[in-house]
Amino acid sequence: MSIAVRHVTKTFGKFVALDDVSVSIPSGGLTALLGPSGGGKSTLLRVIAGLETADSGQVEIDGVDATDHPARRRNVGFVFQHYAAFKHLSVRRNVSFGLEIRKRPKPEIAQRVDELLALVHLEQFADRLPAQLSGGQRQRMALARALAVEPAVLLLDEPFGALDAKVRKELREWLRRLHDEVHVTTIFVTHDQEEALEIADEIVVVNNGRVEQVGTPDQLYDEPATDFVMRFLGPVTQLGDELVRPHDLELHAADPGGGASGQVERVTRVGFEVRIELSVGEQRVQVTMTRTQAQALEVRTADRWWVRPAPGAPTVRVDGRPPETLVPAGS
Amino acid sequence: MAERAVAGRRSRVRHLLRGIAIVYVGLLVVWPVAMVARHTFADGFDAMGRALSDPLVTRSLWLTAQVAFGAVVINTIFGVGISLLLVRYEFPGRRALSALIDLPLSVSPVVVGLALILVYGADGWFGPVLGATGFEVIFAMPGMVMATAFVALPLVIREVVPVLYEIGDEQEQAARSLGANAVQVFRRITLPAIRWAVVYGVVLSLARSLGEFGAVKVVSGNVVGSTQTATLVVEQRYQDFEQDIAYATSFLLALAAIVCLVVVSLIRPKEGATR
Repeated sequence: MSIAVRHVTKTFGKFVALDDVSVSIPSGGLTALLGPSGGGKSTLLRVIAGLETADSGQVEIDGVDATDHPARRRNVGFVFQHYAAFKHLSVRRNVSFGLEIRKRPKPEIAQRVDELLALVHLEQFADRLPAQLSGGQRQRMALARALAVEPAVLLLDEPFGALDAKVRKELREWLRRLHDEVHVTTIFVTHDQEEALEIADEIVVVNNGRVEQVGTPDQLYDEPATDFVMRFLGPVTQLGDELVRPHDLELHAADPGGGASGQVERVTRVGFEVRIELSVGEQRVQVTMTRTQAQALEVRTADRWWVRPAPGAPTVRVDGRPPETLVPAGS
Repeated sequence: MAERAVAGRRSRVRHLLRGIAIVYVGLLVVWPVAMVARHTFADGFDAMGRALSDPLVTRSLWLTAQVAFGAVVINTIFGVGISLLLVRYEFPGRRALSALIDLPLSVSPVVVGLALILVYGADGWFGPVLGATGFEVIFAMPGMVMATAFVALPLVIREVVPVLYEIGDEQEQAARSLGANAVQVFRRITLPAIRWAVVYGVVLSLARSLGEFGAVKVVSGNVVGSTQTATLVVEQRYQDFEQDIAYATSFLLALAAIVCLVVVSLIRPKEGATR
């Protein structure tokens, strides 16, 4: 069930959350909306779900213009960051909610709920209240509840954002496996680039209310379209007027051609990784390599080295903005 | 040693504060109410018997119950509706409406009564229209219910609004995305979440409505045997030197209010138990 978003604009007062966004989501895939907080990705998801109304533009779900359909007619499953569990209902009643609303026969509901509880490994918790579950269990319940109505698309808004790091990692791997079983078109919002790169088939990078780039994890990593995408997907450093990843830089004793000369200011070792800081003219350039490589080269403070991007390494030109090494969110 | 001294001082302060609170509530509330009970039963159940065999008194008690019931029903329906409006919707004048809702708490009930007469009385705005249709508001039941509802208006709203803020609207959004329409969302999700706040607001409204005096006195005309409520009977009998009946009726009113509050504290789950 594909989704097409066309020229959607959404403002909250003076704040432009979505600025003429167009994106199409292929059927059956697991797509990540990736971007920084406040960049508009959650708003985009909520517009697709019908929980927010776009100021202008169009949302098409499975070839049908759903722009004017209220949330309850769009047949989407929505999973919230903070679970939105129905606190007064048992796990079983939470999951069966959508089916009860649709007035399905009781035996059918019972059977379907049993299947779903087995799918999310909550069979033995069926009669508990949400308050008696852990965060990860509540989120799995919310997922079963959303899947119960056999939605055309499953939308997850920072589904693992409220969980601790270990549970988050387990759940995202589990989500990937679940998706391989269920095959429902799924979009999830995240600000964690590692999460997106690890489990998504396709990533839509959203920033400042605009789509920066759409592509597979490999495309995004190897061919970042903008300096924002490059910065967001991991640490970067600036050499001349090009952004490059620190581990894509090579050090040479003699000029290899296309390099710049610099002096080693600092060498820091963190586990298997060695971080070398060079001053090249006015610039401070970060280079990372493995401990083995650094030992072979015998890099020491105050040495002079030639530095250049490895052949074929992705680089992006910057337009005068100073390099800032973004700390990857969530790590 | 120093720590123990600090702890000792703290516990002395706590005892002192507790003492002040007990004396304050005792002098202002418990003792006077207890005196009403003592006077009522000064001669055993004689006074109570005489009051309950006086048809004018029983009629006034029945009338009070009817008026209070009407006012509570109106305030519950509109109270929950206005609370949802205030919390879940953005609209121009929302803050003004929110402030206006506290007005009945700050305006004297006598003023409320006079204001209703100005609008609905024979010489009022709607007076001629109402007179033509033969529907009596002032000096009749509808006016008394309106006056009582006005006075008790904020009580349900002030209980429900904070709970609506606290539960947020994500559960409602989830229900909508699962296919529930507005009525289903309200009945299955919102109402169960706010039910204790509604019950508490209803009981407070009921207690307040039973005791309403000023506004009802103005709009009812205080017609003996017809539009005289229990509180009006208390005043009249007290002035007519029938103190025993005044005390007995007062006691019944106080008892009803206390029963309301006790019932609520019994049925209300402990804080946090359902969350």
